[in-house]
Amino acid sequence: MSHAFRLSFTVNGEPAEVLVDSSKTLLEVLREDLNLTGTKHGCELGECGACAILVNGEPVLSCLALAVEATDSHVTTIEGIGQGGQLHPLQDAFADLGGAQCGYCTPGIILTAKALLDRTPDASADQIKEALSGNLCRCTGYLQIIESVQKAAEEMRLRPDLQVRGTET
Amino acid sequence: MMRLPAFTYRAPRTVGDAVLWLAESPTDTMLVAGGTDLLPNMKRRQQTPKTVIGLKGIAELTGIRASGHLSIGAGTTLTALVNSADVRSRCLGLWQSAAQIATPHLRNMGTLGGNLCLDTRCTYYDQTEEWREAIGYCMKKDGTTCWVATSSKRCLAVSSTDTAPMLLALGATVTLVSAKGTREVAVADLYNNDGMQYLTRRADELLTSIDIPDQTGWASTYWKLRRRGSFDFPVGAAAIALKRDAGGRVELARVVLGAVASQPMPSPKAEAILVGQVLSDDVIAAAAEAAYDVAKPMDNTDFELVWRKKMVRTLVTNALRELRGDDMRAVRMSLAKQVL
Repeated sequence: MSHAFRLSFTVNGEPAEVLVDSSKTLLEVLREDLNLTGTKHGCELGECGACAILVNGEPVLSCLALAVEATDSHVTTIEGIGQGGQLHPLQDAFADLGGAQCGYCTPGIILTAKALLDRTPDASADQIKEALSGNLCRCTGYLQIIESVQKAAEEMRLRPDLQVRGTET
Repeated sequence: MMRLPAFTYRAPRTVGDAVLWLAESPTDTMLVAGGTDLLPNMKRRQQTPKTVIGLKGIAELTGIRASGHLSIGAGTTLTALVNSADVRSRCLGLWQSAAQIATPHLRNMGTLGGNLCLDTRCTYYDQTEEWREAIGYCMKKDGTTCWVATSSKRCLAVSSTDTAPMLLALGATVTLVSAKGTREVAVADLYNNDGMQYLTRRADELLTSIDIPDQTGWASTYWKLRRRGSFDFPVGAAAIALKRDAGGRVELARVVLGAVASQPMPSPKAEAILVGQVLSDDVIAAAAEAAYDVAKPMDNTDFELVWRKKMVRTLVTNALRELRGDDMRAVRMSLAKQVL
């Protein structure tokens, strides 16, 4: 039935190679084989957005992606967007403005917001809401999340040098 | 954690290889494009194929080609469809239907072909294996009874695709390829009103492209009912396309409802009422009433069924008023809860 295959791809800018089963999702491989547990498993059915990561720069749900289909792709997870000890401006803003409360939805939201700001640095509030409309949050009421993304966008416009890793596509 | 059942994965690079491999054992092989419908179903053991054929590596399945007509590869993502200026300018209704599917993440993954082949949905079916076991399963999978209406001879699961009603209204056709040959099928003939055998596609066929005829002179619109401004499948929808003369008199009309049966449901009576008329309030009301008559929502989705049926009138009325030129932006925003 299922068989092991050698998955070779780029994770957070570094080459990764791992022997995995063909029925594993990308979420399972990231968390269980690569120990990148920053990506959360929520509903596992595409109904919450907690497992969102970037594949070739685009937000996708890792719980509904077959790992085998990630071959040769560039994957960015929450672990890959800071630089050394320095947080990404989005992480800073979420911490400063209460954009993260319990934090479970935060990795998926920050990566989704990063993809938006990489493409649309001056995104409007409506564009932010639309981009994040696939990420559920049970704590914040969303207002602080939108404010956090707006603040990060402002920082990133003022200090382009802060736009660090994870932009490879 | 809900794990996928074990399966053999194969990744063809061409349509030719895909259909050859599919022909080896069509009934226990499934095709996966975006995976956003199949993988949740497999996790819940609604489908347990022995072999899964991944279509992502087939370059010839993607792309939008616009000449007089519009030809869309079945593997084109919904995001690519929404970002296409050709789609938006030529068939606004198709753009509106695709833009309201699920969420941005799911549109980045899901494809137009996948949305057309979307499994029918039901509150007694879209549940975990344990949940379904607890009720003795249902007719659609592993059981014999339809729990929506226990005397029903057929499965009443709901057609929940947003693009199919609209493509039907646009007069679109699809291309189905198998190892035995290729055939073109009108979207109108792609579906059965049966929650189990909802597609007329054979198990050995691959849906490769969608063709929309020249829309010169036509205008289209799509109105969707759902609880939230994202995520949710439709629980009612109106897809309408009209061709009108210079005086605004309707020459041809197509009125198709979504999510009120096991297939996209046309209303020939509503179409007949519209043809030859200008869109007065009375004509719109009569067409909405005719559409209301064919809607047969069952008690197996979100929201209460009598209200869903009543909302068909509202959706058709709103759609026709918008095509007439009324400013419906505020009404649309209140229903769609999404900038469209």
